[in-house]
Amino acid sequence: MIADKNRLGFTNTNLSTEPHIEEQVLRTPFHEGVAKACKTNHWFDWKGYTTPHSYTEVEFEYFAIRSSAALFDLTPMTKYRIEGPDATDYLNRLVTRNMSKVAVNRVAYAVWCNDDGQIMDDGTLFHLEENVWRLCSQERCLDWMRWSAMGFDVEITDETADVAALSLQGPTSCSVLRALGCDGVENLKPFGIAYFTFEGTELAVSRTGFTGDLGYELWTTNDKAMPLWSKLLEVGKDYMIHPMGADALDIARIEAGFVQAGVDFMPAEVVIRPGRTRSPFELGLDWLVDLKKPMFNGRKALLKEKAEGSRYRFVKLDIDGNKPASNSFIFNKSGDKVGTVTSAAWCPTAKSNVAFASLEMPWGKDTDQLFAEIYYQRELEWTRVLAPCTVSNKPTYDPARRRITPAGDC
Amino acid sequence: MTKQYDVVVIGGGHNGLVCGAYLGRNGRKVLVVEAESHLGGASKTREFSEGFKVSAGAHLLTMLNPEVRKDLRLDEHGLKMAAKDLKTIALAADGNNITIDGDSISGGDISAKDQATMKNFHKTMMRFTKLLASAFRNRPPKLVEGDWHDRINLMKLGLGMRMLGREDMRELMRVGLINVYDVLHERFDSELLKGALSLDGLLGSHMAPRSPNTVLGYLYRRLGDLWGYRGPSLPEGGMGAVGEAIASAAKSMGVDIRTNSAVVSINTDAGRATGVTLASGEVIEARIIISNADPKNTFQKLVGIRNIETDFARRVENIRMKGNVAKFHLALDSLPEFKGVSSSELGQRLVIAPDMDYVERAFNPTKYGELCTTPVMEIVIPSIHDRSLAPDGKHVLSAVVQYAPYTLKAGWENEKEHFKQIVIDLLEQYAPGIQSKVVASELLTPEDIESEFHISGGHWHHGEISFDQILMMRGAYGSTQYGTPVDGLYLCGAGAHPGGNVMGLAGRNAAKEVIKRGAAA
Repeated sequence: MIADKNRLGFTNTNLSTEPHIEEQVLRTPFHEGVAKACKTNHWFDWKGYTTPHSYTEVEFEYFAIRSSAALFDLTPMTKYRIEGPDATDYLNRLVTRNMSKVAVNRVAYAVWCNDDGQIMDDGTLFHLEENVWRLCSQERCLDWMRWSAMGFDVEITDETADVAALSLQGPTSCSVLRALGCDGVENLKPFGIAYFTFEGTELAVSRTGFTGDLGYELWTTNDKAMPLWSKLLEVGKDYMIHPMGADALDIARIEAGFVQAGVDFMPAEVVIRPGRTRSPFELGLDWLVDLKKPMFNGRKALLKEKAEGSRYRFVKLDIDGNKPASNSFIFNKSGDKVGTVTSAAWCPTAKSNVAFASLEMPWGKDTDQLFAEIYYQRELEWTRVLAPCTVSNKPTYDPARRRITPAGDC
Repeated sequence: MTKQYDVVVIGGGHNGLVCGAYLGRNGRKVLVVEAESHLGGASKTREFSEGFKVSAGAHLLTMLNPEVRKDLRLDEHGLKMAAKDLKTIALAADGNNITIDGDSISGGDISAKDQATMKNFHKTMMRFTKLLASAFRNRPPKLVEGDWHDRINLMKLGLGMRMLGREDMRELMRVGLINVYDVLHERFDSELLKGALSLDGLLGSHMAPRSPNTVLGYLYRRLGDLWGYRGPSLPEGGMGAVGEAIASAAKSMGVDIRTNSAVVSINTDAGRATGVTLASGEVIEARIIISNADPKNTFQKLVGIRNIETDFARRVENIRMKGNVAKFHLALDSLPEFKGVSSSELGQRLVIAPDMDYVERAFNPTKYGELCTTPVMEIVIPSIHDRSLAPDGKHVLSAVVQYAPYTLKAGWENEKEHFKQIVIDLLEQYAPGIQSKVVASELLTPEDIESEFHISGGHWHHGEISFDQILMMRGAYGSTQYGTPVDGLYLCGAGAHPGGNVMGLAGRNAAKEVIKRGAAA
């Protein structure tokens, strides 16, 4: 596309037609609608795409997730298509979970590790057809995916820019979809995939999300992106649909107890300092690791960790007061610094001050009395509190409607 | 009932046999399985035309480790030299040749200055090589999480460097990572001399004088000098005799050997090697499997790339081991005459490398998969010293021909005869009339070397000898200290530390490591 490049890749006279050079940041196929709805004009760069922090008000958007329906542009998430006779075998080598147990039209949450058993990323795997999967994750990792494919008859293609994706979350989300014409979507079980038609094009709907609530993710082609966005807002009006930005989603995911790459753990591939990565065990994701599988990336290291013990323990904390413990140190009763907070938020529905923390072992074993050191400012005056916290192993917020099938009609 | 073995060694090449012998000596029940009908791997003597025998792989013995030779009493097992301390004769197109005999050079128009420089240069290089040798005797130290033994080895290496004294240490740091072209250019005047000396830094590799790592190659080659080889030796009966002597030693130490038994897979169960499956379908179980095959063969084919984790699989895939050398054999009905070489000197090592730029230019096309039309050659006529190799009055000539790329764009099947003619034409320039004496000829391209000797990429050394692929980086990070990510599976070939040539240390060190690990192995 660039006819005459100098050594740095820039043309001397004409700007490139490469979208990322022309625009610096890409726009998703929903951008027109997103930009129109975004009244705060508060954007950030999410994996190369311009994305709103919020549309109107974060609290309002958050309550749309919990009380009605919230619409989120998911397109910047990495989407890889994994196809071929060895696709399932390949995934079994790639991720720690046993993917042979995941049937067609089902979705599974999984993590994948490097040889040292350290998490590279987490994501959801969609079993689209026999021998066809889609991986949806935060990080770009095509290089690793392809290296891992050596010896497997499998093809991996990056379809991030070719699949337009929306997340529709909240108690009225099922009703919105039915109003859209997705008849029978209420019968879709959690982690299931079903197909509908929207304006003559196939619309894939999965009952998945990052909010811990009833919710769906919608997958379509770029040309149907704007019509779908507009139609959803139109038919969703009666169901109080509202677009939500990343900030509202962040509160919801903390409330639901979901970890996030780059926040609660550093993807192993980008870490340069020793000891800064985390294993699945160190993130409380033991249930995702199937050590009975004879072979997967990180297996040997994870077996060793299991035998010798982990370096860190991941805990969900319920903290006294209502000041979010962002970036706090965690101390024990003797005053030793035993860990740090990775995510924190006051969670309005659960009415709980939640934080995720990484505790150093062996201190992490004794969680009898822990304190979060919280700093906050009121009109330039800083206050420090040592807020007592308790470890809770359950998600702070886990409504029954998340699981009930047929999904509630409200 | 099938016999139970503690250890199965895959490959009866010299390192596999050495490893088996040391383990047998230690009381282990060892089975060596070899795909071919002969033992010794690339140390192999075979007939290539009726009555004419040649060392088909390695053709000179330059650095068989004396400790291995003594420990395994190879001399008692029939290892004899037909010739020792061969001189190198650098052939000039006009016959004004130079003879290199250790640190002495003569002939040609060699200057007194070059002669004096050579003495000093040799001394300095030998001091550096001593350092290398001390690191080669042991398993490679680990940089991180090494035990006290590793730390001492690292300290020894560091101390050894410091003990060189300020000037030598500075010189080692200066030349270590540059190239043999620059190092020789700043010292010597004679182009012919420099051409011949530069070969010591790059023979068998995908490198030319201006390539980095050629100084390391030069020091590596000097290990032979350190171990008492003033020049290369020719074993009686060809290089195959080395394999046979080691095999005999191994057998005397209770090692069982099965030939014509190709291993098709190394069996694993949940990350641990459990045994091997032969081409016949027979499964042989053992707690410890030691592979003398190169790392790519071992992990990609035998273990199976699906059975190793991605980081390691990636490192194995990235091991640089594409050969750029062909082997050339001639059956001659009488002795050839080389310009300027007297008949009494014809049995020495003859090299065609008139200057370093010639060598560099010979390399250039092969970098791009094209045919080299002016090759470099290392020639020896072993039948002068060893009459068992050819019928009465007749002779065999064996040559290493560099460069011949593993991946030739035009395809070796189309270019092999062409390249053969290029080599014969080149020989004809230095030995007029040789073409008329040819009874038979044979050219082994890297593809042929790959299939005859089961070496991925046809690379002699099972992987380039370079700073990124020695010590703890050989075969690949993660298979350091002979162990591998597959529990119970070890490497003992040239693809492991300290690397290639018929040296025997990789096999010896691997055996010592397995013995040292004891029940934990």
